[in-house]
Amino acid sequence: MAKLKPKDVLLNPLFNDNPIALQILGICSALAVTSKLDTTVTMCVAVIFVLGLSNAAVSVIRNYVPNNIRIICQMTIIAALVIIVDQILQAYAYGLSKQLSVFVGLIITNCIVMGRAEGFAMKNGPWLSFLDGIGNALGYSVILLAVGVVRELFGSGSLFGYTLMQKTTDGGWYVPNGLLLLPPSAFFLIGLFIWALRTWKTDQIEEEG
Amino acid sequence: MTDESNAPPATAPEAPQATNESTSPEPTVSNDTVGKTFLVAFLLCLVCSVFVSLAAVGLGPAKDANKELDLQRNLLLAAGLIEKDASDDKVRQEFDKIEPNVIVFSTGEYDRGIDASTYDQKKAARDPAQSTAVDGLKDVAQVRRRANKGLVYLAKENDTLTSVILPIHGYGLWSTLYGFVALEASDLNTIEGLGYYQHAETPGLGGEVDHESWKAQWKGARGKKKVFDADGNVAIEVIKGIVADNTPGSEHQIDGLAGATITSRGVTNTFQYWLGPDGYGPYLSKLKDQLKAANE
Repeated sequence: MAKLKPKDVLLNPLFNDNPIALQILGICSALAVTSKLDTTVTMCVAVIFVLGLSNAAVSVIRNYVPNNIRIICQMTIIAALVIIVDQILQAYAYGLSKQLSVFVGLIITNCIVMGRAEGFAMKNGPWLSFLDGIGNALGYSVILLAVGVVRELFGSGSLFGYTLMQKTTDGGWYVPNGLLLLPPSAFFLIGLFIWALRTWKTDQIEEEG
Repeated sequence: MTDESNAPPATAPEAPQATNESTSPEPTVSNDTVGKTFLVAFLLCLVCSVFVSLAAVGLGPAKDANKELDLQRNLLLAAGLIEKDASDDKVRQEFDKIEPNVIVFSTGEYDRGIDASTYDQKKAARDPAQSTAVDGLKDVAQVRRRANKGLVYLAKENDTLTSVILPIHGYGLWSTLYGFVALEASDLNTIEGLGYYQHAETPGLGGEVDHESWKAQWKGARGKKKVFDADGNVAIEVIKGIVADNTPGSEHQIDGLAGATITSRGVTNTFQYWLGPDGYGPYLSKLKDQLKAANE
């Protein structure tokens, strides 16, 4: 197996091996938190924090964990990190933490976090695993931000809550697309994003049959 | 897709694949013994719990301050005294103008002997000496124990009472919903607003009690809502479906929350209990008499 370069480990998940677009993991939260950019960004930062540290922590103890309880050990680490993130949000960004409600807690069950712990951190050293965690979280964030920008801009006519296109309901000219505020719209957007990505990087197209 | 990260999960750490770092020593004994399993599980839990506890305790004061501020914000929002995006300072400033009072539920009289700014009604409800068990049949809102004394918040403008804000709570589907209802002082019947500051209902269904458009109905966006009917009974109700506006009785009706029948019913029951004879009913009727006497 080829030696892994830290730079590749960090940057490959952005487009070459994106956790959402290629591995189709972590879709649930991508639908839930992307209707507004401020919640999207908070969620991205939370996932970057959790995924980087959980990968590093799992990697540190990977040689000591009995095989039959390895999943539950990973879950314990991830859950502890998620609770810490949740506490920090409640202390310093109470309004956002209320808006994100259950979805910060649900990072525990985000398939990306478990998937990277099991698929990468159990086999690689802490530093590489940390980079892999950050890289995958960034890959997740890229998609979330793209979806979030489209949904907020065309769904509410604003970005980060600042009105860019005055809505007709507020006396402006823009008729907002209500569908974009509903979770299913994220599915369409992610689908379009995957399409664009695979047109650009044709090696990601899966063989049919 | 041939890089290592996409390989199927490792079977066991004892047989590590080609790792390019060898900082950790190769284990010489199996990790899979019972003793080792317990040891690792125990140590891991210990370390994780230390971190979680540190975060919870260390951030406690900041969290409590936020909760307090959020409670005040919801109280003021219910009474329509601040805008939705008011700053924290504005909230504190406006809340300082509100006059908290303690009342005795059974008599409806004020209890001036208690410092209302420090009185904790939730704590009192858990203390058998300061609370009463609510009779099962009367306990529609599943309050279980009610403190003997309750808080009321009076909003005044130039020494004239403008609104009365009451803390209420009741059980929905998963959780007790804590909130405030504000009544106009002119008739102590017209609702100025309702706001919940703490609950754990399903996001998107029962959690929609926080939705602006639903709360706007309580504020009278589609006609003012009234709590009591002509006979003085609590009549306000979250119905199933959409209220037909401007029909007889619609002033006592609020749209149901779609997909959240039990939460909707919980809101109705909360009003039934807290504005009824066991809750703030006696206080409100006494206050009404006082205001009437003062006006004459």
